[in-house]
Amino acid sequence: MRKGCSKLLCEDEHQFERWNHAVLTNLKAEFKRFKDVVVLSLMHPWERDARLLKKALKKGHEQYNVIVEITCTRSSDQLLGARKAYHSLFDRSIEEDFASHIKGSERKLLVALVSAYRYEGPKVKEDNVRSEAKAFFNAIKNSDKRKVVEDDEVVRILTTRSKLHLKEVYEQYNKLSDKTIIEELEVDLLLKETVECLCTPQTYFTGVFGVALSDDANEDEKKALTRLVATQEGGEMKGVVAKFERRIEEKVKGAYKDVLVGVLAKDGK
Amino acid sequence: MATINAPKEVSFQQDAEVLRKACKGWGTDEKAIISVLGHRDAAQRKQIRLAYEELYQEDLIKRLESELSGDFEKAMYRWILDPADRDAVLANVAIRKLSPDHHVIVEIACTRSPEELLAVRKAYQARYKRSLEEDVAAHSKGDTRMARPNRSFYLLVALVTAFRYDGEEINTRLANSEAKILHEAIQDKKFNHEEVIRILTTRSKMQLMATFNRYRDDHGTSITKHLQGDSDDKFLAVLRTAVRCLNDPKKYFEKVLRSSIRRMGTDEDALTRVIVTRAEKDLKDIKELYHKRNSVPLDQAVAKDTSGDYKALLLTLLGKED
Repeated sequence: MRKGCSKLLCEDEHQFERWNHAVLTNLKAEFKRFKDVVVLSLMHPWERDARLLKKALKKGHEQYNVIVEITCTRSSDQLLGARKAYHSLFDRSIEEDFASHIKGSERKLLVALVSAYRYEGPKVKEDNVRSEAKAFFNAIKNSDKRKVVEDDEVVRILTTRSKLHLKEVYEQYNKLSDKTIIEELEVDLLLKETVECLCTPQTYFTGVFGVALSDDANEDEKKALTRLVATQEGGEMKGVVAKFERRIEEKVKGAYKDVLVGVLAKDGK
Repeated sequence: MATINAPKEVSFQQDAEVLRKACKGWGTDEKAIISVLGHRDAAQRKQIRLAYEELYQEDLIKRLESELSGDFEKAMYRWILDPADRDAVLANVAIRKLSPDHHVIVEIACTRSPEELLAVRKAYQARYKRSLEEDVAAHSKGDTRMARPNRSFYLLVALVTAFRYDGEEINTRLANSEAKILHEAIQDKKFNHEEVIRILTTRSKMQLMATFNRYRDDHGTSITKHLQGDSDDKFLAVLRTAVRCLNDPKKYFEKVLRSSIRRMGTDEDALTRVIVTRAEKDLKDIKELYHKRNSVPLDQAVAKDTSGDYKALLLTLLGKED
């Protein structure tokens, strides 16, 4: 193989054949991506999520979106499992680490999101849906005086209600306003992502895919794709993948691409 | 230690038959019901319910609800339920009161183990088709038009959603620094409740006890004494209850019993709740504490203040031999 790869090798001043550094870096990156998706897929989901959350917490503010993604797209029992795994792995509770490391108005939101054990059944109380859509409306109307993420009602609703209830609140809001809640939250990025993941997860997944597969995606954005692929059930994202089939063909290569397509093609686990 | 006397070998079928006989026909044989159910632990009671259902195609609980009445019925209903289900019912009753009884919610959230609290949350969802935290949050949000954030609501939701680490390890340095934070927060007129809530609702129980001990060592008095204040300040009252429950649950329960009996008329809800929920846990220790504190045995105080079948059930749960 070395004989055939003369382009990859070059002679340096000591007339010693060595790898072209740039190519080596590239190869490492490509294989790392493959390794990451495999490792993530093989780990027990609870341990995996606990580790992902710990890592995101350590990285700080720019990675809080990962916290939102994980806490909002897992089922209630999966999130509980991650909390148990966190106890075993780190000898602390996840909420004590969150609460002591996250400052500012986002602390309340993120701690409450990770602590939720949402009802997952079909019952939804219409009265509450209406009044809570109104609460959102008021909070957004007053957003010049107070950030929406600091509104107690908004935080209460988003961190305690069932996902089905929240989807109905989202729909109801559209009757009260020309814009959707997500459109109104352009400034409050973390809150916007929270609403997306809880109320319109497909939009969120599409967004991540789109950004990751664009020409100027950075490392974190590409990592987001790996994370989604390895952690979401295939069924959830099939629709999203279909949209990006061509782009995946064009941009993704090798073993990583095979895993991507393979994991996503599974008929929801 | 527990107070109830439950025999190891039990025939659930026989028990179901006795209960059936007690409920059939005119009137009810309450003594027979007490003598069976008052001497069975949670696992046994569950088996009896299943046996009864199988034998008579009827829910034992529903049957008892229709046969019994008053404080006796309330107590028996709570006693016969699975512990997690019972706590869910207690929490729901507390939440739905016209003026929600936050202390009961705090009591359940803080005196149950982390795993038990999770079980309560699951049981609550199964029974009420909503999460415990959404009901607590929705019923304690208070007047949202007020500019001041509702501190009670955050405290309560954080307490019921906590899944504390339940290890024995203590970080002494952390206990020191957080005892300091608590002290500063309490002394400060502005009272930074956020840090107090953070510490109380996220740290492990062992860590908290170390922190409270450090507080007492540093300042000569317990943190609860420093949390005395305005009786109007509901937030402070709830905070005090949380600290008491986390610091010394048996002492807390003794106080609830003392208050429930001392009042003009008895607070049967509180009396029932403590006896029924602790009979299989640590009611024996609580009894000893009560005796020390009040110079009169708990059994005696209960016997004096209650009557009839209600009294008979309570005394049985307190360990009285038939």
